[in-house]
Amino acid sequence: MTEWRYWLNEQRGTLMGLAIFVIMFAVYIVNHPAGLTANVAQTAANKGVLLAFVAMAQAMVVITAGIDLSVGMIFVLTNCLASWIVVGTPMQTTFGVFGVLLAGALCGAINGLLVIKGRLQPIVATIATGAIYFGIALLLRPFPGGAVNEDLGDAMTGQFFGIIPSSLIVLLGAVLLVWLPFSRSETGRAAYAAGSAEAAAFMSGVPIRRAKLAAYILAGLLAGMGGLFLTFFTYTGEAAYASGSGYTLWSIAAVVLGGVSLYGGRGSAIGAIFGAFAARTTGDMLFVFDVDPLWQPLLQGIVLLIAISIGAVGLLRVRNRLDWFL
Amino acid sequence: MRARLSGPFRRADPAVLTAFCCILLLLFLGSLYSSNFLSLEYLLQQLKVASFLGVIAAGMMLVILLGHIDLSVPWLMTMGAMMACAAAGMGVTGMVLAIPFGILCGVLFGLLNGFGVAYLRIPSMIVTLATNVVAQGLMVLYTGGFSPQDSATAAMRWLATGVIVPGVPNAILVWATVSAAMVFLLARTTFGRSIYGIGNSERAAYLSGINTRRVVMIAFAVSGGLSAFGGVLLAGYASKAAQAMGDSYLLPSIAAVVLGGTSILGGRGSYLGTVAGVILITLLQSILSVMQMPEAGRQIVYGIIIIAMLLLYGRSPANR
Amino acid sequence: MAAPQKQSDGPLFRMKDIGKRYGGVRALESASLVVEAGRIHAILGENGAGKSTLIKIMAGVIAPDDGEMLLQDQVVSFRSPAQAAAAGVACVFQELSLIPDLSVADNILISNPPRRFGLIDRRAQRRLAEEALARAGADDIHPRALVRDLPLSRRQLVEIAKALAWKPRILILDEATSALTAGDVTKVFAVLKRLRAEGLAILYISHRMHEIAELADECTVFRNGRNVASYAAGTRSNSEVVEMMIGREVSSAFPSKPAARNSVPPVLECKNLSWTDRLRDISLDVRPGEIVGLGGLDGQGQRELLLALFGVLRGTSGTISIDGVPRTIASPGVARAGTIGMALIPEDRKTEGLMLPMTVRENLSLAALDRLSSRGVVDRKRESASIDEMVRLLAIKTAGPDIPVGALSGGNQQKVVIAKWLTRRPRILLLNDPTRGIDVGTKQEIYQLLRRLADGGAAILFYSTDYDELIGCCDRVIVLYDGRIVKELTGSEITERALIASGLNVQAEPEVAA
Repeated sequence: MTEWRYWLNEQRGTLMGLAIFVIMFAVYIVNHPAGLTANVAQTAANKGVLLAFVAMAQAMVVITAGIDLSVGMIFVLTNCLASWIVVGTPMQTTFGVFGVLLAGALCGAINGLLVIKGRLQPIVATIATGAIYFGIALLLRPFPGGAVNEDLGDAMTGQFFGIIPSSLIVLLGAVLLVWLPFSRSETGRAAYAAGSAEAAAFMSGVPIRRAKLAAYILAGLLAGMGGLFLTFFTYTGEAAYASGSGYTLWSIAAVVLGGVSLYGGRGSAIGAIFGAFAARTTGDMLFVFDVDPLWQPLLQGIVLLIAISIGAVGLLRVRNRLDWFL
Repeated sequence: MRARLSGPFRRADPAVLTAFCCILLLLFLGSLYSSNFLSLEYLLQQLKVASFLGVIAAGMMLVILLGHIDLSVPWLMTMGAMMACAAAGMGVTGMVLAIPFGILCGVLFGLLNGFGVAYLRIPSMIVTLATNVVAQGLMVLYTGGFSPQDSATAAMRWLATGVIVPGVPNAILVWATVSAAMVFLLARTTFGRSIYGIGNSERAAYLSGINTRRVVMIAFAVSGGLSAFGGVLLAGYASKAAQAMGDSYLLPSIAAVVLGGTSILGGRGSYLGTVAGVILITLLQSILSVMQMPEAGRQIVYGIIIIAMLLLYGRSPANR
Repeated sequence: MAAPQKQSDGPLFRMKDIGKRYGGVRALESASLVVEAGRIHAILGENGAGKSTLIKIMAGVIAPDDGEMLLQDQVVSFRSPAQAAAAGVACVFQELSLIPDLSVADNILISNPPRRFGLIDRRAQRRLAEEALARAGADDIHPRALVRDLPLSRRQLVEIAKALAWKPRILILDEATSALTAGDVTKVFAVLKRLRAEGLAILYISHRMHEIAELADECTVFRNGRNVASYAAGTRSNSEVVEMMIGREVSSAFPSKPAARNSVPPVLECKNLSWTDRLRDISLDVRPGEIVGLGGLDGQGQRELLLALFGVLRGTSGTISIDGVPRTIASPGVARAGTIGMALIPEDRKTEGLMLPMTVRENLSLAALDRLSSRGVVDRKRESASIDEMVRLLAIKTAGPDIPVGALSGGNQQKVVIAKWLTRRPRILLLNDPTRGIDVGTKQEIYQLLRRLADGGAAILFYSTDYDELIGCCDRVIVLYDGRIVKELTGSEITERALIASGLNVQAEPEVAA
């Protein structure tokens, strides 16, 4: 086999996510009355980028065979925080941005410590921390409001060179600065190993705990980036429960669409990004086909149901029924 | 010690006892704030509010005992409520069949969940998430397309708010009935035994000749039906069905089951614990709101207490 | 690179008086071993003779209870496999320690990857991995391939390369060739010989006599946790070696066997049963009242055969007949039902036989719930009666039926697994190594029980890794090798010598040269 085939195989999940997204987006663009203009791309990017950040966050944790049901709430919390501190002079704004990201990472660290040191099950531990983070968000913003440095906000949500949506550039930056270093570090590889076969990883002397903690912290950080972006779009902070839980649930869906296995060890945060964009495009597609918007959630659900059922084909290859129960 | 206790107390593990102690502690703390907390009236009111969560948590418990999870609760609840109300709009037959029809819709979606988990072997978290979205889609379509009949029938209202035994709201009786059925199901039937067996080791259960896929499927169907029934009751209580009425029930129902000592990995837990968990959560919410703590503080205290209790008795073994 | 490390004084590695106990069972007792650089040292012994324990201690997986290890006359102790490997002792494990979702290169250098700017230097890693693969004779494996996509034999080679990437001075191979194809074995042998020439010490554990004959410079035989003999390779005949491996009296704790009953028609019969490459063309029958043993080395398809009969495997070919009628058995639920009445005592009681946190009562009735209930409701009286009967019948020592089965001793747990199926009064009983890891007293009770059941008309198919059991218990023994029946021994033909010889697929005659 040639080199690229191995690459293909390694990236299969991610490429599946990419393929789903490209097909959907192509159909969307072809049918869009305006075609692919910079403005259409900008709108699509801005819609997708929020979920993309949260899905990346979820992917980090899912790769270690964990789950973070608080990502949506970290997203909301950082949004509320940003609407307070990402204001003022460029200097203040810069500090504000770092403050928001730090807060996100801190939330992730708390999750990680509860799961690793506290030995709690990730599902329940993050449900509980999610409530806490939402509570803090409400404390910060009992009512929607606040402001953000509008210059920064506009720059982040506008276009780069008048063509490329700047939100995509920032997303790319997150991939280059967070995901790639992580996935190519020993810690990142340990995260995959822990998710894939924890016992074998242990036998091989892999730093499992460090890897898991890092995954949770980075998840918090990425969710924080998402929250920051939400503020850039809306110029306000809002502690909306429905928004938080919605983002959490769709982040899981996006991760699966992007080829990340919920059993851990497989997939990438890049796949999760495509998954997120694919999930968002479903909604937009219905718009260009002039489907009654009322149909949107139903069709989204059905697409999701079909997408996740595809994986079941592999079951036909199982020769020993005991392998069902792994 | 434990071994010699009988009946539902046979499985009384430290977690259940801790949960009940926490309830007493909460009542005690509440009574320091206001003596109303110990009044019969207040307690009955709390039980009544708890009964909606209780019905839903019962179904959730079955699924968690299997080692799975049901995230489709919110919209199955809403669907149950809306479909019941819709049926009521269709004349006398509809009125009569309103409640069963609402529950049936939940059961059908539960079966869909069960099929995905048991036969397609998709992780329950993602299947139930998807069916939740589908149910939401159907309901959005239904309520948006034409003006729906959304008011609860008299029967639903009676079930949720009426009083048949003097002093005891019917909702409590409903919850008690569901609870009795659950205790019977889990402790006395082959189905209950199979559930615990599968939750401990699906492999071993399968090798014991149990039709594990059917059991999983039924458990999800029951969970779906009970979610829908919870929605029906809630609609009766509020006199109408509404979008998003189920949103605030998903996480509390999981928390109630886990706080009651049921392992999120499945196989272990007693129904008594779930009852304790439901009461605990309801009381907690009520006390926080009576103390006029703002929503923000409530959420924080709520989360911290759950974590504290989990750290107290919900930790997995150290040697991993 | 591992340059030749010839030591003028003393051996490279030495183990002195090593002892290890698991609960009450002595796995090793004052075992000693001397490993020389530049030699291939074969370790022989029956299943459970202590070979695995020995190498696990060497490789730092477990710590010895007593005794000491010296590396170049320095006392050493390893707290983890990684530490042992860093000191120069690398082990190729039988149970794979590879991460399926990572690439071959990632796996080979998982513990100490080359770094650049704090990140893994993938180019360097690739080069090192290719080197290690080449040294392992597996340069056809692409370093970017995912381990999950490799067949078992290739994975084993990756495992060898992973050990070599540590650049060890001592390489341990535990049954490393058992999953390999003949072509790969030739390659691995060439590699091992080259490594020997480079000055590595190689410890080679294998059941395949002809491999040992081809490779080894010296051999050590283990028996009952002790090293009983060491000799230069080629100085002993196969049958002498087999003799050394047995070397103990067959205990007389077995019930007497009745005369053969060939007149009764078989209740279980299978013809040309095949499944993937693990079972090939198996035909056998079992009559009521008969105990048929399954022999051979571990992992020759015995487990798969039992699972296939019990309806667990998909895509089997051939026919299974019950009472002369061909039946399709698609699940354990079908296998246990009335007209078939089959039961399987699985291999691993902790994950397949029992639910440890559940009570003795729940475990005992789990396989027979349909019999103990009416309309889905468990009949408590009937259940209690049947549980009392089983507890009495098997003399299960428990403080009561309502304590978790995990609180019982290993022997009593195993009794519960058996009793759980006896509740159904099965006509055909399949047992997968039912006495592994339990005490002698319980073992004997189980032998007596099996004979009683057979006398009561049950047909028993019994896989055991313990040759004594096969000899003492079985009316016939069917020996499997590589998924095929290679020998059927009846009555007085069942001797330890015959079992070991046919299990190794060699003739036990002295004139057959090694």
